[in-house]
Amino acid sequence: MIAIVDYGAGNLNSVKKAFDYLGAEVVVTDHVEVIGEADRIVLPGVGHFSSLRALQGSGLRGALLQAIAAGKPFLGICLGMQWLFEGSDECAEVAGAGIFPGMCRKFPTSVKSPHVGWNSLTLRPGSPLWRGIAQGSFVYYTHSFHAPVLTETSAASEYGLRFSGAVDRGELFGVQFHPEKSGEVGLAMLKNFCEV
Amino acid sequence: MLTKRIIACLDMNGGRVVKGVRFENLRDAGDPAECAREHARQGADEIVLLDITATSGKRQTLLQAVRATARSLFVPFTVGGGIRQVEDAAAVFEAGADKIAINSAAVREPELIGKIAGRFGSQAVVVAIDAKKVNRSFEVFVASGREATGLNAVQWAREAAACGAGEILLTSMDRDGTKSGFDCGLVREVAEAVSIPVIASGGAGSARDFIEVFREGRADAALAASIFHFGIENIAQLKSELRAADIPVRWPC
Repeated sequence: MIAIVDYGAGNLNSVKKAFDYLGAEVVVTDHVEVIGEADRIVLPGVGHFSSLRALQGSGLRGALLQAIAAGKPFLGICLGMQWLFEGSDECAEVAGAGIFPGMCRKFPTSVKSPHVGWNSLTLRPGSPLWRGIAQGSFVYYTHSFHAPVLTETSAASEYGLRFSGAVDRGELFGVQFHPEKSGEVGLAMLKNFCEV
Repeated sequence: MLTKRIIACLDMNGGRVVKGVRFENLRDAGDPAECAREHARQGADEIVLLDITATSGKRQTLLQAVRATARSLFVPFTVGGGIRQVEDAAAVFEAGADKIAINSAAVREPELIGKIAGRFGSQAVVVAIDAKKVNRSFEVFVASGREATGLNAVQWAREAAACGAGEILLTSMDRDGTKSGFDCGLVREVAEAVSIPVIASGGAGSARDFIEVFREGRADAALAASIFHFGIENIAQLKSELRAADIPVRWPC
């Protein structure tokens, strides 16, 4: 069973819908116990980094960190990926998980912000999420802040600069784009996550 | 590289997709869920569903259509038509939309933009502007183009962005339904005035029109309805022509 973590931010329907379409067993939950019992965890998120504050008071933060430490497959989407970093300039007083080093920053003023639309991925081959995905595939982004490129960067995109489109370490995955809105390519990535 | 988006718009009346010129001579173009899926399959980067139903009972019909469409659509999905308050937007999101488009209600109450953005994020709020050339500038019209507002389109776009809009959907009323090309002058003025993406609408007739609106109009995305519904322009074919003109598009799609 896949647990989609509901911390009161934005619209989780589209993520659930995509897993439903793939035939995965999925629940949307804000219960620590359900997260503990799940085989896989998805942390979605759209909107402002400050909405991640809700993870702190509720015990969800601890439950997620514990699941990640135990090696449970985990996928952070958009804000959910940014949470894996130390934090974001968008709301410096809310701490990220700090699993990956660095802060999420604004795009340079040379480009329009937010970055909205379909952009191509430079994939680092070998990540289980990219099984069957072609180099240079397009995915849908919508965000104003970006994560830095690291050794754990498994896909990068360019928009005014090069940033992390995806990161991974073992069973832990983060994607800045929206696989649930990225057509067949995105569905294939989600299916790969179900099979990790 | 970020690509230019091709957006297919479905105008819906009483639960069916329709197409006419300036809301007249409506012709049936099919079931919204099927139309949306077919356009996505052909390569549309995004789908917009606009409810133009004027009769009562509209809300439930719209929500049903949104639910049915969203179930098997995995590209961004925007819904507009008759959203007047935060609760209307919430119901449409609950039914499966990713973004809502607001037009008249945003002009009447600009704070509505911030209220919806505050709850669902700016990326989920598209402010639709219908503009018409009056003398030398562009004036904003509401109520499906029937009511002049006295607002300047460029200034209103700036204000909407400042209120928290995530994108501007800009329709030229002079060009809408004419297939005589986008109004590149209007699009460029607005695109240069705001930092959020601008979707050009009204006038699409050929691949050349899209090339012009991306080059001269500086549009981030372009929307069309009728040329896609009746197979006048196949989206994959359109994209291959854009590629040949060095306009970056999602490909293969």
